[in-house]
Parts: sequence; C-alpha cells; structure tokens
Amino acid sequence: MLDTIVIPLLKIAVLLNAVLVSVTFMVLLERKVIAWAQSRLGPMRVGPYGVLQAIADPIKLMIKEDIRPVRADPMLFTLAPILSLVPALVVFAVVPFGGDELFYVTDINVGLLFIISVTSIGVYGIILAGWASNSKYPLLASLRASAQLISYEIAVTMTLVSVILTAGTLSMVGIVEAQQQSGLWFAFVQPVAFVLVFIGGLAETNRAPFDLPEAEQELTGGFHTEYSGMRFALFFLAEYANIIVISAVVAILFWGGWLRPFPNVEALAFLDLIPGWIWFFGKMFVFLYIFIWIRATLPRYRYDQLMRLGWKVLIPIAIGNIVVTGVVKVLL
Amino acid sequence: MVEAIVFYTLAVLILGLGVAVITTPKTVHSVVFLVLNFLCVAVLYIVLRAEFLAVIQVLVYAGGIVVLYLFVVMLVNLKQAPEAHEDPRRLARLGLVLSGAVLLELAGIVVYSFGRVTPASAPAAPGPLTGMGNTEELGWLLYTDYLIPFEVASVLLLVAMVGAIVLARRQS
Repeated sequence: MLDTIVIPLLKIAVLLNAVLVSVTFMVLLERKVIAWAQSRLGPMRVGPYGVLQAIADPIKLMIKEDIRPVRADPMLFTLAPILSLVPALVVFAVVPFGGDELFYVTDINVGLLFIISVTSIGVYGIILAGWASNSKYPLLASLRASAQLISYEIAVTMTLVSVILTAGTLSMVGIVEAQQQSGLWFAFVQPVAFVLVFIGGLAETNRAPFDLPEAEQELTGGFHTEYSGMRFALFFLAEYANIIVISAVVAILFWGGWLRPFPNVEALAFLDLIPGWIWFFGKMFVFLYIFIWIRATLPRYRYDQLMRLGWKVLIPIAIGNIVVTGVVKVLL
Repeated sequence: MVEAIVFYTLAVLILGLGVAVITTPKTVHSVVFLVLNFLCVAVLYIVLRAEFLAVIQVLVYAGGIVVLYLFVVMLVNLKQAPEAHEDPRRLARLGLVLSGAVLLELAGIVVYSFGRVTPASAPAAPGPLTGMGNTEELGWLLYTDYLIPFEVASVLLLVAMVGAIVLARRQS
C-alpha cells in the first residue's frame, strides 16, 4: 500500500510542483539572458534583480480576464490547452533524475518509446486550439505548427532508433547504465544523433530558429492568439515544460544523465562526491541555457527552408545513421 | 477482481466513445472522440501486459494517423455531410450485410473459443511492467518465425508510400 500508492503519489506531487516552479523561473531566466544578449537589464523592478518577476507573472496571468470568442467551439477551446499541457507533464514520470529509485517515479521497460508517444499527443492541443478559436491567424499557425511537429517527430524518432541500437534497451535508466558500462557518454559514440535530436527538439518545441508558428510579423501571435489569462498560461507552461523535457532527454540519452564525466576512470572518482542529481541538473541547465542562447542569436527560418531541412536533410541523415550504427554494431 | 473492474470500465468507455464518433454532428469532434477511443484501447493493452503494443498504439494511431485525419477534416471544413448521390437504401442494405458479417464472425470467435482457454491452460502472464518486457520477444519473433509476413507488410507500406507520392506529383 505504502510502496505502491503513497510513495509514488508523493513523488508525483513533488515532481509536478518542481516542474511548474522551474518553468516560471525558466521564463525569468529567458527574459534575463535575452536582455543581457541585447545589452539590456531585463526585469529589475520586482524583487532584487527582478527575481520575484517569476512569481508576479503567474499571478498576473491568473487574475486576468478569461475571454472566449463568441464563435469559438466551447468544448474544444477548453480542451486544447489541457491537451497540450498534460502530455508535457506526463512525460516526467519516466525521466530519471538519479540512479537511485528515489529519483524517478517509475522505470518502465519501454520508457523512451513512452516519451516519444506521449509527446506525439501534444500536437492535438496545438491543432485544436487553432481550429476551435474560429479565427484566421490561429488556424494558419496551427496548421504550420502541426506540420512542423509531425515532420520533425519523424526525424527525431528515427534518430533515436540508433541510440536504442547502441544502448540495447528502451528503459531510460537502462540507457544511462549502458553508458556507464561502455564508459563513454553516447554523445561521443553517436555525435550525429545528438545534433539531430537537439535540432529536432528545437523544432518540436517551436523554438527559435524554428518558431514559425509564433511568427508575430506574419501570424499576429500564433495558434494561441485568441487565448488569454490562465488558458494562455497553460500553453505557455506546456511550451516550457517541453523544453525542460527535451533538455532532460538529451542529457540522459547523450550526456550520461546522472553520471560524472568519464564514469569508469578511477582517477576521477573524487567527482563522485558531487551527488548524481546535481550532475544531472547541471547538464540540464546547460541545455536550457543553450535553448535561450540560440533564441537570442539565430534568425528565424523561412517556412519552405524549414520543411526542406526536416525532410531532405535530417531524415536522410537519420536513416544513414541507423544503417551505420547497425553495421558497426554487427561488426564489433 | 481489479482487472475485471478496469476491463469493464474500459469496455464501456471504448464502446461509448465509438458510438460518439459516429453520432456526433461535428466532424472535428468525432475525430477527437476517436483519439480518446484509441487512448482507451492503449490502456486496455497495458492491462493485458502488452506495454509495447500500447505505446505503439498511442504513437502510430493516436499520435500519427488521426493527426492526418484531423488535418484533412480541418482543411476540407465540412459544414454538413455531403449529399449522397447514390440510393440511400442500397447503402443501408450494404451496411446491414457488412454488420451482419461482422456479428457472425464475432459470434463464431466466441463460440469457438468458449471453454478452450481456461485459466490453467492460458499462457503464463509475463512479469510486471518493470521486469523483462515483451519488446525483445516481439522483435525476436518478428525477425525469425514471422519474417516473411513482416517483410511483405513492409513492402506493402513502401508501395503505398511511393503510390501516394506518384499521385500527389501527377496533379501538379
């Protein structure tokens, strides 16, 4: 009873709160980093160096008026933000933050496939939001967003096949353990796969330089133009939760999760003094920072360039990577 | 006991959502009900300890195929069902024959399997979800005993893919 219900529920409660709080601070971090990149200060008024802005923003969103267009489809208009946030949060159930059982909710033997399939549900939130708003720009944006998501999902999933081949397991904990056994982070075994998954992750979370679904100059605001208040906040939470998911998945699959650098070199054993979850959060933070850094640096793609990159560059490379991995695996 | 409760709850949900799919006037709504239906079927697979199948069900059907349905429905934007040009009675008769055939088939399966599968002769249930899974076993079987059907299916998919591209290009 205690082991099967109470402890998992406690873990889930802690995890959900941790994710949602880190999302609000992620937004603050993004505003700060982009401001520094543009020689500005960013939010400075609320709290020291604007730290409390992370709390002021959600409060503002919660007390804003909730507007629903008259011609909108009431059921789907309500359902869409929920459908986009829930998958983003469910994924964390199989993300291990450390090697000990304390640090993950569950470790199912199809963990990686579970992540892929649950995130593929998130696209409904975007499509239905655009359709249910009964408005031109959101509809166009949601068509763009879902086409982009589907295209890049294929590339990412195919790339992950080569990672699965290398690790020989689908379990997230198992993949990290495989890296421990081989003594090498998979980023050094599968560098091409790492780059592909990271680019695909940028595109799947609709981040710059692939943030066409939210291109203000063309589409006013994107698929959530008609949303306001807390409903809009749910989309916002979903986007940032997805960024955290991608960072966590990349850190686990390619950078050894909770492992220290060179996990099999005895001379570096003193690094084990730092607990595994700190290594993990450190790696995740680096990727979160890179996400923001890229947004501050790179200009947006044109839509046809985006599609060409997905279908004609990333997918062929991913297929080639599978073939090469398979051949090497058979030869070794 | 718990499994029976879960199964019957799911069965009611799946059938109810299935009815909702064909009775909802708005096409987009019926696609959403279809997605929920597929998700319930995935849960049913998990109850049967076929977690790989469950995940693939979500990935392929709910996350892939139905998204394309939704695309088509949204782009076509049907305000109401198109006028049937054919004789409606002919369609009704066809429907009657088809549903009768399906009913017969299901009844046949029930009669045939009744009393055959007893709890004792049923295959031993695989370990819990966290243990050794059926993914490896499924892959092994697909590439050994069922290699030819597997390859035939993959060639069929390739033909469908090439065919779709050829048709799309001819129009432009």
